[in-house]
Amino acid sequence: MQTNSFFNTLLADSGARWFLGCLLALVTLVPILNGLVSQDSVLHIPTYAVSLMGKYLCFALLALSLDLVWGYCGILSLGHGAFFALGGYAFGMHLMREIGERGVYGHPVLPDFMVFLNWENLPWYWWGFDSFIFSILMVLLIPGLLALVFGWFAFRSRVTGVYLSIITQALTYALMLAFFLNELGFGGNNGLTDFKDVLGIEIQADSTRRGLFIISALALAGGFVLCRWLLKTHYGKVLLAVRDAESRSRFLGYRTANYKLFAFVVAAMLAGLAGALYVPQVGIINPGEFSPLNSIEIVIWVAVGGRGTLYGAALGAIVVNLAKTWFTGAMPELWLFVLGGMFVVVTVLLPRGIVGIQFYRDKLFQHRLKTPLKPSGSESSS
Amino acid sequence: MNQPVLAYGEKILNESILYLDGVTVTFDGFRALNNLSILLEHGELRAIIGPNGAGKTTMMDVITGKIRPDQGDVFYHNQTINLATLDESEIAQLGIGRKFQKPTVFEQQSISDNLYLALKANRGIWAALSFKPSRTQQELVEQVLERIRLIERQNDPAGSLSHGQKQWLEIGMLLVQDAQLLLVDEPAAGMTDSETEQTAELLQEISGTKSVMVVEHDMEFVKALDCRVSVLHEGSVLAEGTHSEVQSNATVIEVYLGR
Ligand SMILES: Nc1ncnc2c1ncn2[C@@H]1O[C@H](COP(=O)(O)OP(=O)(O)OP(=O)(O)O)[C@@H](O)[C@H]1O
Ligand SMILES: [Mg+2]
Repeated sequence: MQTNSFFNTLLADSGARWFLGCLLALVTLVPILNGLVSQDSVLHIPTYAVSLMGKYLCFALLALSLDLVWGYCGILSLGHGAFFALGGYAFGMHLMREIGERGVYGHPVLPDFMVFLNWENLPWYWWGFDSFIFSILMVLLIPGLLALVFGWFAFRSRVTGVYLSIITQALTYALMLAFFLNELGFGGNNGLTDFKDVLGIEIQADSTRRGLFIISALALAGGFVLCRWLLKTHYGKVLLAVRDAESRSRFLGYRTANYKLFAFVVAAMLAGLAGALYVPQVGIINPGEFSPLNSIEIVIWVAVGGRGTLYGAALGAIVVNLAKTWFTGAMPELWLFVLGGMFVVVTVLLPRGIVGIQFYRDKLFQHRLKTPLKPSGSESSS
Repeated sequence: MNQPVLAYGEKILNESILYLDGVTVTFDGFRALNNLSILLEHGELRAIIGPNGAGKTTMMDVITGKIRPDQGDVFYHNQTINLATLDESEIAQLGIGRKFQKPTVFEQQSISDNLYLALKANRGIWAALSFKPSRTQQELVEQVLERIRLIERQNDPAGSLSHGQKQWLEIGMLLVQDAQLLLVDEPAAGMTDSETEQTAELLQEISGTKSVMVVEHDMEFVKALDCRVSVLHEGSVLAEGTHSEVQSNATVIEVYLGR
């Protein structure tokens, strides 16, 4: 009964309807156009494009998770990429263990880079990653745990605003430096790569690519519905209250630190999931994913798409990355300027991002109507 | 100027909803509260007056945990709980509600959501995730909406309200919160005369079952409250008594007129 009414209100929102509809269309059309339509047809989608789109969907999920904390809870995390990278590493570790004897050195257990370092045994923190289920759990638990510990200290000590942003940035930077170290046991600056298969299926196969694409789209849809549900509950209302007037919420008896912490952990887990789906599709994870610049890019995606709408964040991730793919191919030296330019334009002219179009139009319209010929404002609805 | 000696006997200490004992708060060496002692009985309505900067708001900050006192204790409920050791949310959960001097409501959310946010309920996360208002709770919110005259506008964002209406909304939030002790800071500011009158009536009605402490500058309003009045000055209680007693007190007149 209650869930029923939740889905009704969800689908009553035109933005959400569009978003889920588009995802549904992608999930059905892309695999068909890739797998069933002949390669000579103009409608055929090559496999590399399927993976590229799959990658965008992972970024969209990552952006959505940032929007949950930034748009709805006012936490501007400039280190959100860390959770994505940790999820990616966790699943990358599983894929490394799946390689087994097929590595260059043919060691049955140790990944190549460990053999190269003359390590004799698998470090304890690599135990268990041969199991798919265990790895998936880690994909969620490791980012979640980091968010829990980090957030617990930050929110308890009431660190907010710029200070919070700076320490999140420091967090991802520190992790990047750590993961660059060979001795840490995550492949140093080469990271984890040369994956062979996942769940016994060849990772490069077209069908695997399609499968990963479909799972990415479903994960995005699932993440969207989960966040929407969270925001719809009383918890979601409190979260907004904390965003807009945290101190006031405390005087109503809410432990605001816990409310923020919960959202932060959920967002970190979603980011970790996005990272885990990203790694098999791009075939590599390295410490560069922890780069502070990556985290800043995520913020730009969300701002460009429209903060505080969820689907806007996802759309922003896709649009900016389409532009990135095109620019880094056509004129790579310009890309960072374009990215910066986009951010400035959005901040100054489109504070509600791309999905705010309707709002800008209404505003423009109202502006023109300021000196109406007739005192009736009913035209504005047409 | 001599401190009024507050000779609260044991008996009263055991029948007090609130007892501030020698509370001192300093800001960069400036004593906003200076060895302040004050006592409120269960069900009492108390008006607090005093010139600007007397420390009235600071006193409420101390009671609600926003500010830790440098010295002194803040006892709640028959001296069983020392509020000075608790944080804001713990204090609120004990049943202490507050209306701020500058009305603070959740502007982006609807008026009824503001009330649901204040509604007395389990404040934990898991409870919030599965919270669904019961029939009685819905009726309570509706009653209060009616009472604060915002029923017609319940779905509008709270940010669209006028200053006076926001004051009402905050009072409404106190009502649904079912607080045992209400701290009301300048409720009449921005209200029309008739609204002010209604506010006074409402506060009188609430007291009896709840204890209410009202800070106000408007002497007409204080008179209408018809209750015990404490005069705060430079961080401590200068005088205490009925409205007319206080008004004819020589030192009080001096403080108000000497400014
Ligand atoms: N956070 C603070 N930092 C420094 N000084 C403060 C702070 N808060 C209050 N004060 C000072 O403490 C004194 C008491 O302030 P308070 O707000 O309690 O007065 P008030 O009696 O509520 O006055 P009003 O009638 O104007 O509301 C004032 O002199 C004020 O400037
Ligand atoms: Mg004040």
